[in-house]
Amino acid sequence: MTNQAVQKSKEPFARIVKKSEMSGKNVAILRIMAFLLAIVAGGVFILCIGENPFAVYGAIISGAFRSVMAFQGTVKIMIPLLITSLGVTLAFKMKFWNIGAEGQIIMGAIFASYFALFHDTLNHTLLIFAMFIAGIIGGGLWGLIPAFFKSKFDTNETLFTLMLNYIALHIVSYLRDGPWMDPGSQGYSKIATFSKNAMLDRVMGVHIGWIIAIILTVFVFIYIKYTKQGYEISVVGESHETARYAGMNVKLITLRTMFLSGAICGIAGMVQATGSDKTLTTAVAGGVGFTAIIVAWLAQLNPVMIFIISFLFSVLEKGSSVLQSSYGLSTDCADVLQGIILFFVLGCELFVRYKFVFRKKGGA
Amino acid sequence: MDMFLNIFVAAVLAGTPLLFGTVGEIINEKVGHLNLGVEGMMSIGACAGFMAGYVTDNFIIAIIASFVAAALASLIYAVLTVTFMANQNVTGLTLTIFGIGLSNFIGIYMLGKSETGTLKLPENITAQMRDIHIPMLSDIPIIGKMFFSYNPFVYMGIIIAIAMGFYLYKTRLGLNLRAIGENPAAADAAGIKVTKLKYINLIIGGGICGIGGAYCSMIINGGVWISNNVGGLGWIAVALVIFASWKPVNAIWGSFIFGALRVLKYYIPKTVFPFPNAFYDMLPFLITAIVLVITSIKQSKENNIPESCGINYFREER
Repeated sequence: MTNQAVQKSKEPFARIVKKSEMSGKNVAILRIMAFLLAIVAGGVFILCIGENPFAVYGAIISGAFRSVMAFQGTVKIMIPLLITSLGVTLAFKMKFWNIGAEGQIIMGAIFASYFALFHDTLNHTLLIFAMFIAGIIGGGLWGLIPAFFKSKFDTNETLFTLMLNYIALHIVSYLRDGPWMDPGSQGYSKIATFSKNAMLDRVMGVHIGWIIAIILTVFVFIYIKYTKQGYEISVVGESHETARYAGMNVKLITLRTMFLSGAICGIAGMVQATGSDKTLTTAVAGGVGFTAIIVAWLAQLNPVMIFIISFLFSVLEKGSSVLQSSYGLSTDCADVLQGIILFFVLGCELFVRYKFVFRKKGGA
Repeated sequence: MDMFLNIFVAAVLAGTPLLFGTVGEIINEKVGHLNLGVEGMMSIGACAGFMAGYVTDNFIIAIIASFVAAALASLIYAVLTVTFMANQNVTGLTLTIFGIGLSNFIGIYMLGKSETGTLKLPENITAQMRDIHIPMLSDIPIIGKMFFSYNPFVYMGIIIAIAMGFYLYKTRLGLNLRAIGENPAAADAAGIKVTKLKYINLIIGGGICGIGGAYCSMIINGGVWISNNVGGLGWIAVALVIFASWKPVNAIWGSFIFGALRVLKYYIPKTVFPFPNAFYDMLPFLITAIVLVITSIKQSKENNIPESCGINYFREER
């Protein structure tokens, strides 16, 4: 009797247990609820600083859509974000924590810039093609390094890719201050603006990066869903042992997938440098590599959802740029709201697979 | 000799914010959480510390504010990763983006409110943050300048690092928390309160990072607020954790070495070593990458990342 009483008091107030998988429809409802809650929480934040949340949200949306120019700006922000998110998705599917998208973008941009700066007399189509391939190789190699060490020595890839980001960043600042410095800049160190021949063409007012991004979305979708290699990635992601037992070469798959993941991020770098910036700067990645990880995760590594969410984030980013002029609020508002949204969605993920069980009142 | 002295002092000053960030992150990683939100927590600490100092003109309150604000940010991380079992990398990165954004956002908001268009810490608190002059000790030639001529943050950082080293390696509580970091299931079976200890240590670690942030906003720019004042130091701190092989006491000299790497380019004449500035900036990350590879090749359990770091613990998993 006393023994039972002791046991009952030891039972925790609430505990978490696994439950059967939710249906797809319920999961979608749950996520949308989390998203709406995040919007409400963001509204409370705006209210706290003494602004009207509806007006601010309205300003963000109109800021992203109010004119053709504004919308083109939104798309321009979206292109590298979408491409990079697709890139990291491949690695994440394999449970390879590629935090190095930032560095892979930069390396892609560096390799592409080499052709833009020193071979700009080539035939335009040939040059664009060369830069494209260079971007793939640059980003791919930068993805291959951590994959090599991971598969050979089990080096922690999260930390290693993180270090590679900054190594890449300082390679750009080295090139900028040294060998690639624009001689015509009168001591101010920057890399020369690319010649017209080395810039991406425009279709409907935005550089062709958007077409590349859409093609890549379809490519990654098919690759993950319908190819043997895509299947291998998810098996390796689930369990190395299972993959090995099924006769897969885990090492090869890791290297191949990371090359591809880095290569896609490299394309983002090439597109950003030659399409948007028209030169190589240290801000070519500008945090996109990190935001892309958030996008990929929010989208549950689903290419179609990645497309939608990277669009939403771009609207937020572009729209926030008008807050400065109309409300005196900083553009950092976008980052705060992105953070809040992800906090809520991350929180809700628990309820897809687990539930809380509360201590029953009275005897069980 | 004079140059060496100058470099030494500059290295200590440049290394101090790293020391806080590193010690905080070591505590987090030792309890099994690879928190990539250091930069964000430092930014939040930077903002809270500066604003509290600006409003109250009191150094102690500013430090407490930076600790509490960053600890609260860390609490978000703890709730999401410990209780809600969200992915640690993604949560940490979000915390970073959120923290930097929030810090800059509040900074610009406060700038808009100020009449002069700038934010500068008032007189009183600036005086409190000045280099401490210890009678006798500070007057010893050379030694006095090398060891006893710093602002209060430097001593605070060293004391915290030693205290945390003691806590981690010499107390039962520290043993328990290291056990959680290596194998939470075994720790749980041994009767250690895993969830509770994870929360407590994540919050303490976050708070320590916050004080490092306060250093960035209050000291580095001479008491004037600028955006992005942490400027990537949080990421260097993440790197330093590896360099210090997850030991707080190693973090002391580690952060001063990394501090030296940050200032060396201003002191070494290009005629002696013709390295470009970018090389010095890259060095901390390059060294860390090499250290990371070497420790993984050596497979030493002692100086390696805690076994369960990055993996969430679900009690009922079989």
